[in-house]
Amino acid sequence: MKKPLINVAVTGLNAIDSPGPGVPVIRALRDSKDFDVRIIGLSYETLEPGIYMHDLVDKTYQIPFPSSGVASLLTRLRYINSIENIDVLIPNFDAELFNFIKLEETLRDDLGIKTFLPTSEQFEARQKHCLNEYGIKHGIKVPHSKKIFSIHDIPGLRAEFTYPLVVKGQYYDASVAYTPEQAVTYFNKISAKWGLPIIVQQYVYGSEVNVTALGDGKGNTIGAVPMRKQYITDKGKAWAGISLDDDELMKTTRKLIKSTKWRGGMELEIIKTREGDYYLIEINPRFPAWVYLAVGCGQNHPEALVKMAMGMPVKPWKKFDVGKMFIRYAYDMIVELSEFEKISTLGEL
Amino acid sequence: MNIKRNIALSDSGFVFNPSTGDSFSTNPIGLEIIRLLQEMKTAEQVKKAILAQYLTDDATFEKDFYDFVNMLNRFNLMETEEKDEKATN
Repeated sequence: MKKPLINVAVTGLNAIDSPGPGVPVIRALRDSKDFDVRIIGLSYETLEPGIYMHDLVDKTYQIPFPSSGVASLLTRLRYINSIENIDVLIPNFDAELFNFIKLEETLRDDLGIKTFLPTSEQFEARQKHCLNEYGIKHGIKVPHSKKIFSIHDIPGLRAEFTYPLVVKGQYYDASVAYTPEQAVTYFNKISAKWGLPIIVQQYVYGSEVNVTALGDGKGNTIGAVPMRKQYITDKGKAWAGISLDDDELMKTTRKLIKSTKWRGGMELEIIKTREGDYYLIEINPRFPAWVYLAVGCGQNHPEALVKMAMGMPVKPWKKFDVGKMFIRYAYDMIVELSEFEKISTLGEL
Repeated sequence: MNIKRNIALSDSGFVFNPSTGDSFSTNPIGLEIIRLLQEMKTAEQVKKAILAQYLTDDATFEKDFYDFVNMLNRFNLMETEEKDEKATN
């Protein structure tokens, strides 16, 4: 039987040293046994590698940066949709999600583009600067954290924190500061790039474990795969990782999804201490860049997300392969200047 | 003295802890000892089994055995005492 063809627009084509999840999400969708996909890439910059991966991405359009606001994004999406007739759109960046969540109804009702995103309340509640309240509300341990707006707040941190502590940007970037002087340096560096506030979080000793998961918006966990990073780049990104068998971690994930009624993909970043305690340090409101490991373990989360967006039935997974590894690699593509010219001047390729 | 039940062990001596993602390599004697521990053998039973097969004495075995078990503990491959107690209660 012929599989249905679904037009899926995907952002996050920056398969670089701090990779976006777009390319692995596309690979997962192309693995689907239930549908075929035509992939419309949505890019912000002309050197995002996914733009040039023609075996994965059928056509790419540039879209305006999130800071341009909702109106310009909608105008651009109207144009793209008039050509491509997009069925489902999967945004993959934290910083763009706010705009896409705002546009969710308009996209669905006016353009017929479906998404499967967290609600704006879910998105806002898990922001780094709200993590203390989030942990209390959902009964999950989180390291003490505080938002600060000035370097003058740093000397006073000793009353609440012990060094080392983690200095974080509101969207990206985090550095461990062992002294107040280092905290000042990281405050300046991160705030210059990502703005204010800066979040200061108590450093927790232990090993970092991450979970990629998918919630159906009704409190059910459709899938979840935990992973430990085995090789970490200087940007803190996983370059290799392995799937784990950890009941407590799975319980924590299911509890959180049930309690928050999370809708869509997510990544939990958790520290497991030597004593066996789990501290939630961050929730990313989208699939991680290592989401293809979940596919390798038997759970195709992006495929399930597209099905839910399309209103197709999805059964929760009950198991996954433990001890499966991913190893990322760098690969030099040769690109004709004419292609670079097209995306640079016309905003399409 | 219980080794974690979910530890995966291959014939080549590759040891994988699926809870932490850590992996190790052990030599054939280590492999044999871990297998015996997985069969819930006591230290005394492990000693008997090893002394029956290899030319070594009690004292040498015990020194090396407890060194090895300490290492398994350090690598988080043994159940903690607290869990052992819970299991026996």
